[in-house]
Amino acid sequence: MFEGITRGLSEALRKLRGRGRLTPDNIREGLREVRRAFLEADVNFHVVNQFIQRVEAKATGQEVLARVDPAEQIIKIVYDELVALMGPVDPRIPQRADRPVVLMLCGLQGSGKTTTAAKLALTLKERGRKPMLVAADLQRPGAVEQLQTLGSQIEVPVYSERTTPVDVCRNAITAARRQLCDSVILDTAGRLQIDQQLMQELQRIDTLVQPDEIYLVVDAMIGQEAANVAKAFNDALELNACILTKLDGDTRGGAALSIKAVTGVPIKFIGVGEKLDKLEEFVPERMAGRILGQGDLMGVVEKIAAIQKQISEEELKKQQEALAKGDFTLDMFRQQFSLLTKVGMKDLISRIPGMAEMIPEGEDPEIALRRVQGIIDSMTRQERARPEIIDQSRRRRIARGAGVDVAEVGQFLKQFEQMRQLMRQMSQMTLWQRLKMVAGLGQMGAFLPGGLDKIQIKPADASRRKSARERAEERKRRNKKKRR
Amino acid sequence: MLRWLSQKIRSGLAKTRGVFTGVFDLLRGKGKVDQAFLDELEKRLYLADVGTQATSQIVERVRQAFRDKEISGEVETFVKQQLRELLGHEERDIRWSATKPTVILVAGVNGSGKTTTIAKLAKRFQDQGKKVLLAACDTFRAAAVEQLTVWAQRIGCDIVKQQQGANPSAVAFDACERAKARGYDVLIVDTAGRLHTQTHLMKELEKIYHVVGRQIPGAPHEVLLVLDATTGQNALQQAEQFTKVVRCSGIVLTKLDGTAKGGAIFAIKQKLGLPVKFVGVGEQLDDLEPFDPDAFVAALFE
Repeated sequence: MFEGITRGLSEALRKLRGRGRLTPDNIREGLREVRRAFLEADVNFHVVNQFIQRVEAKATGQEVLARVDPAEQIIKIVYDELVALMGPVDPRIPQRADRPVVLMLCGLQGSGKTTTAAKLALTLKERGRKPMLVAADLQRPGAVEQLQTLGSQIEVPVYSERTTPVDVCRNAITAARRQLCDSVILDTAGRLQIDQQLMQELQRIDTLVQPDEIYLVVDAMIGQEAANVAKAFNDALELNACILTKLDGDTRGGAALSIKAVTGVPIKFIGVGEKLDKLEEFVPERMAGRILGQGDLMGVVEKIAAIQKQISEEELKKQQEALAKGDFTLDMFRQQFSLLTKVGMKDLISRIPGMAEMIPEGEDPEIALRRVQGIIDSMTRQERARPEIIDQSRRRRIARGAGVDVAEVGQFLKQFEQMRQLMRQMSQMTLWQRLKMVAGLGQMGAFLPGGLDKIQIKPADASRRKSARERAEERKRRNKKKRR
Repeated sequence: MLRWLSQKIRSGLAKTRGVFTGVFDLLRGKGKVDQAFLDELEKRLYLADVGTQATSQIVERVRQAFRDKEISGEVETFVKQQLRELLGHEERDIRWSATKPTVILVAGVNGSGKTTTIAKLAKRFQDQGKKVLLAACDTFRAAAVEQLTVWAQRIGCDIVKQQQGANPSAVAFDACERAKARGYDVLIVDTAGRLHTQTHLMKELEKIYHVVGRQIPGAPHEVLLVLDATTGQNALQQAEQFTKVVRCSGIVLTKLDGTAKGGAIFAIKQKLGLPVKFVGVGEQLDDLEPFDPDAFVAALFE
């Protein structure tokens, strides 16, 4: 997600970073590349220019030039501007005691309204509410059936009738009351913002039903049109928020910037996959960080927290103790990896800076991961606890069981041993260092056999070159340990 | 007929024209081809989603050819020529197979308009007196099969389908067998929408492609990538990835009846040589036109 901007920007800013001092000239040069990156990312032309002007004005200020590391200052300014441009966001969905809350979805054809409606219903359900889906798209063949199928998948009632979209919406509210639903989601037909007749139909629904919130659903791959579309829908309906879909692809998603800048309508949710639980709250800071090539570390932190919640406290404690002692076993490894699959590797990979580039093209990390799981699953309990007992004949048996080459098993075991050492080191690190390590782990690609040799284990800040004295001290420490 | 055609494209391009009319007015304006002029030209091209590469190329050529000359009709012809040139000159008809059936595989990202396009294509071929069979290989999305079935009923053509969740390659296999056995002229294979970054889904698509090829030698004879005209520069990545996997032979540019400009096709043609074969200009069954680059470019400047 947003990889494009990230790559483009970091390329542009890398140039800045190489210079000792920041002059108005090289600010401009760097920003020219930022501008191009933004345009390639489909950020609206006018928005880009305003953005660049603001950053340039701030960057050329003396305060910035006086700083020691001007490139970082620029990054900070671009980041702040990005956050300011995309925020603030309110992820709440209103609730009313006296009647069901009505949420209306609208947008162009094929933007993903029906899927989003179901995702939204699931989100509400998870928040303890009782949603109802309303099939108000009578235009597209199969749209009603689609919503009904999705509704039954998530066990949410779907209201439909073959009348007119306006009638469907009106009658649905009554039905929702009768069924004691507290939220109603209207899935309207896709339409062009220049189609007068259909836009008026939306306005009629708006006046008649008076939705509490109206969301515009926008395909994240949209180009310069984003601004026009958002503006027209906002003019006709007064949008409350926008939902950006299909952000799991490699679109640079400049629309996120454009829509907010042009209409002032905030992005509330983002769709990041076809599965119905793939709707996330939009977090501008996270997005801005990602755009800047710092990756989505906050997102990673959250994901990790979610994973940890799934492991019971006790288990966690046991694991941590074992880790501290350096007893990382294949069993634990297996457990962690199946949790990773639960979260979705691709999800995680796209959030970690530089990681996407490390995955070879055509290699599906989830499949590679499953092979590793197969290998572990083919081991006995004893082997899992003490991998060092696995000899050649055991390897052959494991390979047969997992359906892989004997060499692959050997390679995996070698990788695991390295990983174990890494874990031992990690147990002595702060959370921040661990996160850095996680990013490193991705590069090493434990699930990409052969890629492991690339990693260099450096527990401290790896980006800095150590001085001769530091190296000497390190050597001393190591020798001391050995002697003991 | 021709007049009616270009009329349709023209009305479809109403807004596109709006944007380029700006260029046109600009070209008719008084003054010199100076930096301000070039900046303005650049802006209009960007706003039409033409993309950085094609835009800078056109702007650079104009700069070199007309630097500090008076703006005149020459600039207009030149800019038009540049745009037309970028669209290429190859055959834009369906590559019909010498032996029945001709197989057309239709692919694209979610929500680009594949199913509707297939309905329009089927209608078009049927009107030409051909016997059309549809294969409902989008077994993933809820009610996708129903959607195509409704269209098949409306058009009055046959459809091969299985229940939702079935193996799409199996559906394709059945459809090929049936098309051969019953002597259909055209088999159009619908596929589920997929983002080009989803490796496993792209593999699934590749499999459908190979299954079809194994059943009917030389098939699929045509692989059409359905592209939403509102898509920005990501269109290029889509075209690239899909072409890599299933060797696309042409593009159907949909939703051109909106304010969408579809400028991305310039970059796609430039980079991949993939021609646009049809354009979708509305929701009705007849709203599919063969792409006419001359009319397209001319319409841009009218």
